[in-house]
Amino acid sequence: MPRLTADAKHRVSFTLNGRRVEGQAEPRMLLSDFLRHAIGATGTHVGCEHGVCGACTVVIDGAPARACLTLAVQADGADIRTVEGLAPELGRLSILQQAFRRNHALQCGFCTSGILMSLDCYLRANPDPDEPSLREYLSGHLCRCTGYVSIIAAALDAARQLLEAREHA
Amino acid sequence: MRGVKPGRFDYVRADSVDEVHAVLAEEGDDARVLAGGQTLVPMLSMRMARPRVLLDVMHLPELATIEDADGTLRIRAGVRQAVLLKWPILAKRQPLLAAMLPWIGHPQTRSRGTVCGSIAHADPSAELPLALLALNGTVELSSRAGRRRIPAVEFFIGIMSTACRADELIEAVAVPSRLPGQGFGFREYGRRHGDFAIVACAAVAAARGVRIAVAGVADRPIAKDYPALEGGALDDALDQLARSIDVRSDLHASADYRRRLVRHLGKAAVTEAYQCRA
Repeated sequence: MPRLTADAKHRVSFTLNGRRVEGQAEPRMLLSDFLRHAIGATGTHVGCEHGVCGACTVVIDGAPARACLTLAVQADGADIRTVEGLAPELGRLSILQQAFRRNHALQCGFCTSGILMSLDCYLRANPDPDEPSLREYLSGHLCRCTGYVSIIAAALDAARQLLEAREHA
Repeated sequence: MRGVKPGRFDYVRADSVDEVHAVLAEEGDDARVLAGGQTLVPMLSMRMARPRVLLDVMHLPELATIEDADGTLRIRAGVRQAVLLKWPILAKRQPLLAAMLPWIGHPQTRSRGTVCGSIAHADPSAELPLALLALNGTVELSSRAGRRRIPAVEFFIGIMSTACRADELIEAVAVPSRLPGQGFGFREYGRRHGDFAIVACAAVAAARGVRIAVAGVADRPIAKDYPALEGGALDDALDQLARSIDVRSDLHASADYRRRLVRHLGKAAVTEAYQCRA
């Protein structure tokens, strides 16, 4: 592949929530900044910018990952999902998002989009999770408002609802 | 440009291992290999690393393999930590790796971070360098000039420094598969799950003796072999090990506290290793 030079902008394109998007980025641009500034998808939040807080977590090729630990050019050609892709339609929240609202699993909401993306992945792979495994899984996310109790409650609530929805389907 | 943190660098998505070798041969210290990026990208953002060119090796299918042959596991440069952890026969082939991998970072970083990348970074508290040393593994380096294999004990030479030359790619790491009669133990203490360890201990027990390895205490992981150890002899050996290492002190823990952890976690790891021998 030709070398992408440092001082020029290069075309980066990937699938974002099922739609092809593209923008221009220098090689040094982080995926988190590319999503927000080049694409305008500001649902992904940027906290510590060195991989510790988890606010910028998105789903890259089916696995949760830090957008701030990925360069935009690395994501060229990838399949990316962000919080903007969770709601099934305008004005209707996903089951997981509804559970967050019902259980007061957010206060300021800054960490929420990252946690939702991690949990969305987790509940797909583990439809009947227990509390200890959820706590361990969410150890990669910092929330300074809730004390995590309501987040765990929302995740367990969502898992129940999703199981029921699956049984009725 | 709005919203950029790292300094400027070129980006090359390598199409072949030959291309990686060519760029490394030409650029030397100015080039850095980019695998999962879970350590390198934050170092770029903090400008602790200022390469002129990044070489992305994650689009080379030939580097994404785990090979299991002749009693050796060969994990190549493109294998992500999450992929190794999900490998269905990992716990059977190498129980120590299976026990240690869940302690590395978080699911959200293991999904991208690679095994060889952690070895390349050589953090003295990290689990994978400790595992490689505990298992007497080797690092396979390749360059335009050829290929060489270096035992773990010679590879880690100081805080985040290794025997890898600027023109070399860490193409794979190799560890022996579990042998009949071997048992493994692992213990780690950190402030929060997923943090770097304050101290981590691994033990490999076999009929002829036990190998104890510790991370987080010195500038690199350290290992020592002992004849069979039990009861008071185990306590004495761990005490001597803790005293023999030039233990570091920092804001996370004092040297004395780290020595205590070596004794405590070491005993638990060795006991576990003996218990699961069979």
